[in-house]
Amino acid sequence: MPSLFILIPIFGIIILNLPFGRLLKRCAFWYAFALFSLQIILAITHNPFFWSGELESISKFFNVSFTIDHLGFLMLLSIGIVCLSSLVVSRYVITDEDERFNFINLLIIASIGLCGIVMVKDIFSMYVFLEVTAVSSFILIAFDRGRHALEGAFKYIVMSSVASIMMLSSIALFILLSGDTSFASVGAALKGSAPGVISQLAIVIFLCGLFIKGGLVPFHGWLPDAYATAPAPAAVLLAGIITKACGVYTLIRLVTSVFGFSSEIKAVLLVVGTLSVLVGAFAALGQNNFNRMLGYSSISQIGYIILGLGTGTALGIAGAAFHIFNHAIFKSQLFVNAAAVRVATGTKDMNDMGGLSSKMPVTGATSIVAMLSTCGVPPMAGFWSKLIIIVALWRSGNQIYGVIAILASILTLAYMLSMQRRVFFGKLGPGLENVREANFGFSAVSIALSVITIAAGVCFPAIFNKFLMPLAEMFLH
Amino acid sequence: MMGANWQIFTGFSLFVIMVLIAGLYCILVTRNLMRVIIGLELLIKAVTLLIIVAGYVTGQTALAQSLVITLIIIEVVVIAVAAGVILSIYRHNESLAASNLTSLKG
Amino acid sequence: MTLIDIILLTAMVVAASWTVMTRSLLKSTIGLALTSAIITIIMFRLDSPLAAVFELSVCTGLITAVFVSTISLTKPLTHKEIIKLSKDRAKRFWYMPVIMLAVGAALISVKLPVDFKMPLKLAQSDVRSVLWNSRQLDIFGQIVVLLAGVFGIVLLFKERKKK
Repeated sequence: MPSLFILIPIFGIIILNLPFGRLLKRCAFWYAFALFSLQIILAITHNPFFWSGELESISKFFNVSFTIDHLGFLMLLSIGIVCLSSLVVSRYVITDEDERFNFINLLIIASIGLCGIVMVKDIFSMYVFLEVTAVSSFILIAFDRGRHALEGAFKYIVMSSVASIMMLSSIALFILLSGDTSFASVGAALKGSAPGVISQLAIVIFLCGLFIKGGLVPFHGWLPDAYATAPAPAAVLLAGIITKACGVYTLIRLVTSVFGFSSEIKAVLLVVGTLSVLVGAFAALGQNNFNRMLGYSSISQIGYIILGLGTGTALGIAGAAFHIFNHAIFKSQLFVNAAAVRVATGTKDMNDMGGLSSKMPVTGATSIVAMLSTCGVPPMAGFWSKLIIIVALWRSGNQIYGVIAILASILTLAYMLSMQRRVFFGKLGPGLENVREANFGFSAVSIALSVITIAAGVCFPAIFNKFLMPLAEMFLH
Repeated sequence: MMGANWQIFTGFSLFVIMVLIAGLYCILVTRNLMRVIIGLELLIKAVTLLIIVAGYVTGQTALAQSLVITLIIIEVVVIAVAAGVILSIYRHNESLAASNLTSLKG
Repeated sequence: MTLIDIILLTAMVVAASWTVMTRSLLKSTIGLALTSAIITIIMFRLDSPLAAVFELSVCTGLITAVFVSTISLTKPLTHKEIIKLSKDRAKRFWYMPVIMLAVGAALISVKLPVDFKMPLKLAQSDVRSVLWNSRQLDIFGQIVVLLAGVFGIVLLFKERKKK
């Protein structure tokens, strides 16, 4: 019954918006909370009753075929965790009840889009759900209608629409090649014929569209602006899962199932990945705005994932998938902490901060955990995923890229330490004497995310056998 | 038989590419925010025509029309949201000049 | 590709260029509606009547209404700003027809090899049955996008509360 993931939320939204007075508005938060928690639980326990096939009554009027594999489970789990964090953050940041109600509705719509992207087996349906996610994220970024937020939202709208146009022209060429848009038929048509000019052109245009969506160099222009200006809960959602699900997951799914791993595609992925890692890391070194630095750091980490994908081996893809999960966890945690710092001190400029760990111990400690995971320090989970990617690069003969990846880790350590020192350690910044610890909600989410990072790192051998090897088996045709 | 179809496709796609160039040029060169949306609209129209032509040439007119109908609905929503964002920008700045959109640096 | 098709396509390109190059925003919107209408006629000729009707009613009608209402809600630029912006307008925009003609000539001379097998023409099936039976997920996605759009419009078009 995986289609329930998109049916139940939509009925929920329709019911929540019926004009029955204020009671329904207050239920909205708990409804969304229950929804996302259920999604997390279902994605961890692979209950066969739920996942195999559809109920008779549903498939009578909603005839779609969803099959979830291990990559889908991982993505659904990440989506559930990040949406839940965003929901809890919104409770403490958005104070007006009506605004919060609108936010929760948009959050549920974004989660419908994300679950849809992860579960479809058809290129055009994937485009439709990509647009659902994109439209809800446009509105979420422009949510507080501040001057900078609107500017970031507008740039994102233009770049995202150009990416959609590129994907649609590729879809037109795919119809010409195969007469249908499902993964199976397009994949068969692309593998069947010898690599001709039209199929190469279609693949290249589609890949460029996906690179724009994922914020990879050289199409990353919209990303720092959007991350820096979005309101806090929207930034958690955007950085935590939307960029990855729209850009990176779709790349993995399409390159492995539809396009195939030709040597040109692998070379393109490796080059784009390396450029993203380096450009993101260097640019993050010179930033003063907390959120903007985290945006460039995201570009760098997504570059690692693409490097893992570019190896074309099962180990590389498993490492890339695990890094998607880790990045969702530690990046959302960093943004939750940034939101807590913003609410407590009222500024986003790192030059005005300092010595906050004495006033906000929980935020400081969880920030250290997230930082260690980003830099790939054991025993955090980030260490394992980076190790797998670098080993996969080494083994598949791309030693140069492996060396660059290791060097970039040093850069990651540099800017992360600089951030930590400027914000949390050192002398207390001017005017910060009255800063108190963040709300219980912020702390709870931060602690929960840190626990997940540490647990995933410590229990790694179990995770490796239970989650990652089946994922790798899936791609070992 | 197939040569004639291919010729039809290339003929149509030539003009489609020209409209795509017009749309892209509009987005890149304009200094007024409203024209950016007009350029986007031109791009979407060109791609719509491309999908219909691809459907016609391969005989899949039903599939192409379904895709185009979905596409048009999504496009309307995107354009409406973009117009809303532009309206809010106007309310802040009292002007639609794109040179006002350079306050984010770094 | 008969002569009528070529005339229609050229008219479409001319309308698109006029949309881009004309000075006033309202004339651009009218140019956009004109391009839409020409595309509708081309779609009718390509055996796609349902899509053509959709395009005509939605794009030529609704989107033009959205644009005109947004343009009328925003004050036009002041006289000084107009002079400042349009001083080099002709210089900026005359590259476009040149680029288009150059690309067009280049593409005509390039002969792309037909190196793939085009799929066989299947029996014609009805659009309504395809849309309703095999592409239900798209209809569902449309409903969700429309819901999101409603929220967005309510949020963005609302007057800001006087602080």
